[in-house]
Amino acid sequence: MDFPTIVFLLMDGVTMGAVYVLLAVALVMVFNVTRIIYVPQGEFVSYTALTLAGFDAGQRPATVWFLIGVGVLAFVLDLLSLRKSVSGFGRRLVSSALLYLILPLVLLLISGFVVGKEVNLVFKIAVSVTIVVALAPGLYRIAFKPIADASPLTLLVAAISLHFVLVGAGLRMFGPEGLRTPAFAGEPMQIGFLMITPQLLWVLGLTVVLIGGLYLFFERTLYGKALRASAISRKGAHLVGISTDLAGSLTLTIAAAIGAVSGVLIGPMTNMKFDSGFLLGLKGFVGAIIGGLAVYPLAAAGAVFIGVLEAFSSFWASAYKEVIVFTLIVPILIWRSVAQPQTEEEVAEE
Amino acid sequence: MKFKQLLIACAAVLGAVGARADINVGVIYSSTGPVSAAGLSMQRTIAILPKTLGGERVNYIGFDDGCDTSTTFKAVRKLVTEDKIDALLGPQCSANSLAIAGFMAQSETPMISMAGSAAIVEPVEGPKKWVFKTPQSETLMASIVVQHMAGAGVKTLGIIAFNDAYGEGWLKEMTKLAGTHNIKIVSVERYERNDSSTTGQVLKTLAANPDAVFIGAAGTPGVLPEAGLVERGYRGKIYQTHGIASEEFLKMGGKNVEGTFVPLAPVLVAEDLPDSHPAKKASLEFVSKYEAIPGAGARSPFAAYLWDGAVLLDAAAKVASKTAKPGTVEFRRALRDALERLKDVNATNGSYTMSPTNHNGLDDRGRVMTQIRNGKWKLAN
Repeated sequence: MDFPTIVFLLMDGVTMGAVYVLLAVALVMVFNVTRIIYVPQGEFVSYTALTLAGFDAGQRPATVWFLIGVGVLAFVLDLLSLRKSVSGFGRRLVSSALLYLILPLVLLLISGFVVGKEVNLVFKIAVSVTIVVALAPGLYRIAFKPIADASPLTLLVAAISLHFVLVGAGLRMFGPEGLRTPAFAGEPMQIGFLMITPQLLWVLGLTVVLIGGLYLFFERTLYGKALRASAISRKGAHLVGISTDLAGSLTLTIAAAIGAVSGVLIGPMTNMKFDSGFLLGLKGFVGAIIGGLAVYPLAAAGAVFIGVLEAFSSFWASAYKEVIVFTLIVPILIWRSVAQPQTEEEVAEE
Repeated sequence: MKFKQLLIACAAVLGAVGARADINVGVIYSSTGPVSAAGLSMQRTIAILPKTLGGERVNYIGFDDGCDTSTTFKAVRKLVTEDKIDALLGPQCSANSLAIAGFMAQSETPMISMAGSAAIVEPVEGPKKWVFKTPQSETLMASIVVQHMAGAGVKTLGIIAFNDAYGEGWLKEMTKLAGTHNIKIVSVERYERNDSSTTGQVLKTLAANPDAVFIGAAGTPGVLPEAGLVERGYRGKIYQTHGIASEEFLKMGGKNVEGTFVPLAPVLVAEDLPDSHPAKKASLEFVSKYEAIPGAGARSPFAAYLWDGAVLLDAAAKVASKTAKPGTVEFRRALRDALERLKDVNATNGSYTMSPTNHNGLDDRGRVMTQIRNGKWKLAN
């Protein structure tokens, strides 16, 4: 194994690792705020890549229709539950209609405008990301809001069900074949023996920007602080007037946005299929486990490690690559359970 | 209630009468699930299958099994006991075909599978006496690959294959055949269908620097390692399996798969075949009919497997209908015996000659070596 090979593998590992970092951070965030182990996180990656590929092929992606279906269902659920409420009926109805009905319709119109025209790739990316992110509040409303106070196990089962629904819908919408999105513009740069593609720079750059943005959001904004408060104690946050519903919905939306950006980043590098997202999400999850589903920097480091480990094991023992990556979870779980005693909340729940 | 029962009785009588008059053929395909692209093309093909078999009118009863073994079983049980089929075309998936062979033999109903694995009809004994299949075996496809490599002066070979039964099957065939042609296998790498990067495998293969690389993959995931090799400046020959033969592969591969060698069923390059080729006439007829179906797109090798199944049934029914009436066990037995004695039946995949030891019947003319040129399959020189 010579030096250039090591550098190539490192570069490949860090690129994939950066995507896993995004997914791991999203998983840790969702778990902290809502206690959901967010299995469908990977689906937002594949949905975005495939939606973008649909635009690229000159078709209106079926994701828009799915969005409208999810929106209508969420709105009906809101109507049914609002019936019982006394105050603020009109205001809540309007905001619900805006989020679940008007926004999807606007996106439907915009996507109709994008299709069949020579539009900038950046615009197509923006529309695809928005469509996928707009799914998140509706999915939270349908799948998680009614059982937001249930045990983590119940929430996990709901998350797994949602994963199956999304994969099934994905097969229906995008078909069984894999698609690739167009590469980002720019010529590869030659530095010594290294070929650095603009794709690589985009992946690393955007990952850093997103992580920085999240940091600022959680440290500097009121909503961010409210989410942190919910993460520390749901009951306490509720007592001081933070809406746990809003916290949950907002968290899942941010997670969807992170997933969507990952989808844009990874789309040109590999062929995405309707079910490709799950495996990506799972590897992000291994990273998140390294961080104990709690510590962001540790989860991020773990995710990069997974990426690099994957690259090197595909070189040394390609037949056992997945085995190596997923077996890693066993010693980590042992280490974590020895190193970290149960937290108070976990004890209280038992 | 009485009236309803009466209606059901009437329907049953009518159904029985109908069954006696016509040949009933069950078709099991997988238009949902993991191989749905191929299954959809088969589903479409039912509409253009011959309206008579051996001069008798025929009803096709289609079922989608989603490539799921238990669904296949349910479907075939219904087809045999309720619809009283005389023969089955399908299933499309290998494991499912193997699973129902025993049931088909027990009910004495011949089946012609559209699945790839050679194990479905080899060796012909026990329940497999009732099983035939139209697609080429891996051995047949692998042999043309190795012959082509030897002819092109390839001495060292790198293999990158799926880490599952499909990749394993090809790896075995290639290892076996390469030895007899003095081709040395210098690297074997594996990857998953869902992998998003194959850099490690590509780098390792490049380090071994083989004269040619063989990629044992199916569908669009076959693009990934090939694109990696080409982007890193690999100059040798690249071979793929017939499992990648789809428009989506060509579209996604683009420039990166230009020049790739692919062993294919003759139907995909029907126009380029010499007039003497046994598959030419049948292929052109099939292609003109299939591509006329609205929304069907370009020809599919999988649709051609189903078509060939009907061609075989047609030839066998001509013989069987002389001795027995459709809908009876005698007819099914006669049909099986006739299938086994078919000789030189020209269809889209070549010329089928069955025997008591060979229930596939294709020979060396059953596949051709093609090369991707300008985003199209072309006969290789």
